[in-house]
Amino acid sequence: MAQNILVIGELDDGAASTTTLELLAGASSLSDGGSVGVTLLGAGASSAATSCVGATVAYVNDDSEYDSFRGDQWLNAIAGAVESSSPDVVLIAQSIVGREIGPRLSHRLGTAVAMDCVSISNDGGATKATRPCFGGNAMATYGFETSPAIATVRAKSFEILESGSGPATTEELPGAGESRTAIIATEEATSEGLQIQDAPVVVCGGRGLGEAEAFSQIEEIAAAIGADKAAVGASRAAVDLGWYPPSQQVGLTGKVVTPDLYLAVAVSGASQHMAGCSGSKTIVGINRDEEANIWSFSRYGIIGDYKQIVPALIEELKKAAGN
Amino acid sequence: MHLVVCAKQIPDPDTPPSAFKIDEATNSVVPAPGISPILSQFDGIAAEAALRIKESQGDDSKVTVISMGADSARAAIKQVLAMGADEGVLLNDDAFEGGDSYTTAKVLAAAINHLGDVDAVFCGRQAADWDMGQVGLLLSEELNWASAIIAKGVEYGDGNISVQRVLTDGFETVSTQLPAVVTVSNEFGEPRYPKLPQIMAAAKKTVTQFGASDLGLDPSDVGASGSRLKVERLYIPETDSNVEFMEGDTPQEQAAALVQKLQADKLI
Ligand SMILES: Cc1cc2nc3c(=O)[nH]c(=O)nc-3n(C[C@H](O)[C@H](O)[C@H](O)COP(=O)(O)OP(=O)(O)OC[C@H]3O[C@@H](n4cnc5c(N)ncnc54)[C@H](O)[C@@H]3O)c2cc1C
Ligand SMILES: Nc1ncnc2c1ncn2[C@@H]1O[C@H](COP(=O)(O)O)[C@@H](O)[C@H]1O
Repeated sequence: MAQNILVIGELDDGAASTTTLELLAGASSLSDGGSVGVTLLGAGASSAATSCVGATVAYVNDDSEYDSFRGDQWLNAIAGAVESSSPDVVLIAQSIVGREIGPRLSHRLGTAVAMDCVSISNDGGATKATRPCFGGNAMATYGFETSPAIATVRAKSFEILESGSGPATTEELPGAGESRTAIIATEEATSEGLQIQDAPVVVCGGRGLGEAEAFSQIEEIAAAIGADKAAVGASRAAVDLGWYPPSQQVGLTGKVVTPDLYLAVAVSGASQHMAGCSGSKTIVGINRDEEANIWSFSRYGIIGDYKQIVPALIEELKKAAGN
Repeated sequence: MHLVVCAKQIPDPDTPPSAFKIDEATNSVVPAPGISPILSQFDGIAAEAALRIKESQGDDSKVTVISMGADSARAAIKQVLAMGADEGVLLNDDAFEGGDSYTTAKVLAAAINHLGDVDAVFCGRQAADWDMGQVGLLLSEELNWASAIIAKGVEYGDGNISVQRVLTDGFETVSTQLPAVVTVSNEFGEPRYPKLPQIMAAAKKTVTQFGASDLGLDPSDVGASGSRLKVERLYIPETDSNVEFMEGDTPQEQAAALVQKLQADKLI
């Protein structure tokens, strides 16, 4: 059955973010001939809208006030798009924006949101949303008693459409009004070069490293694989100990990565950690515990003390690169 | 100042996956034998945030901890009382059972309105059972209060609350008027660990219990009957474990074997 879908888009450096394009791909298959709307707010929104493959209509405002996200301003604008598109389903990324907009929009529309979903289906017009819960130990499928069905969606849950057309029509949303919150300061994390979400290889260090200094060895593994290919991540236990910055945390409350190769060094593989990396093509563990949970997800493994394995691995990787 | 901490009791998320079981007939988690339920970790951190503000404000400030749940949730309340909260509220009623995030927020909001003089509410960023992360925001909508989520630091001054928030790639400090709801993340730091005398003192603090009628709630608006989101299926996902361990007499041989595999699979 045809459904109207509204995607709450986000801009990344003036272009539609990767997750926005993923959501549009998901929306076009869900819509079954219904409309697919996308909202974009902030400088460059109208021009970014043209690249929104899968959308039939774009709702935009270029007001640069929207560049820093404030929930109340965004909600007012989105209310306009909801009114004109009368969606059956609203999809939002599980991002800083989605974590706030999802619940608040659901309340304002008298409906409900399922957070951090990994798949959404159109079951003869009834929306079903499936999401991991209990730290990834379980999956739950939800149905909605109210409409629209709102879901925030985990990154990489849909594949971007390679070809297709952008929105045929564009409607203007109102500019940003007042906000109850004032942003006093922002501080960018210094993560230069390759981002862990984009890297084809992620090398991740855990609490089993025993000390902050050992992360330099994890960085060496990444460097030996190639600075243009490999990025370094960390488990929450390592981040909480202050060994590595929060921007590099992989997992349920960190980032979701789906590289071709995920190398987990001295990481136990707790379900909440795996929530952020279980979509990787190949997972490899280095762990001294034969019973570690990481093995349930791994393709290859080395059982042993990382202090011995890692220097040998760095050497072998360098040799391999030299060939 | 009157600060409220919303605290939920949950199955211990550190339960090993092998002991984690589901009853598919009732879509619920079977309590793991020998593993006690705990105070959701982020709620302990939220309590820490509230207590630090109370301490900075002096004697006329108080912290009330509220939990909606079964009678066993008193243990979670007692834990926050032992940390230094002044009073506890247990929201326990058959009518509250089987609810979703929306009905949970509705009941908590009714309790906060019942208390009457609350300046700020502290929640965890998400309850570490269902991992939803929305009750704090729904509460702010229910109450029509401001909100700031995923806090790493919280400070109070001049009727405003300033919250340092964790973003995807960095941090942001926002200032928001009171009353407000703040949700707190693990980046805030560890909660204090109560000592024996504090645990003993907590046993003497009052825990008031409210049900639907005390809060003026219609039982059909809350719990399962008021829910908008229904769990239709709860299951344990399959993981394909076909791990191949690298053989070798020395770390060097094992590492070489791994590099060969990765090269053959064109991963490096
Ligand atoms: C709601 C919630 C959200 C969470 N979100 C996240 C998240 O986003 N990301 C995340 O990572 N975690 C998250 N966690 C925490 C998670 O449950 C685990 O506690 C955490 O992932 C453990 O990190 P770790 O594997 O580095 O440490 P540990 O569990 O301590 O594991 C260390 C591992 O290192 C191995 N080891 C020790 N020494 C050596 C050595 N010399 N050589 C080789 N191996 C060694 C050990 O065998 C062990 O397997 C969350 C928890 C909750 C409750
Ligand atoms: N039953 C409950 N009782 C008290 N507080 C709760 C309850 N459920 C959720 N909360 C609060 O809301 C936060 C987010 O919960 P959730 O949206 O379920 O992930 C929790 O960290 C608690 O602070």
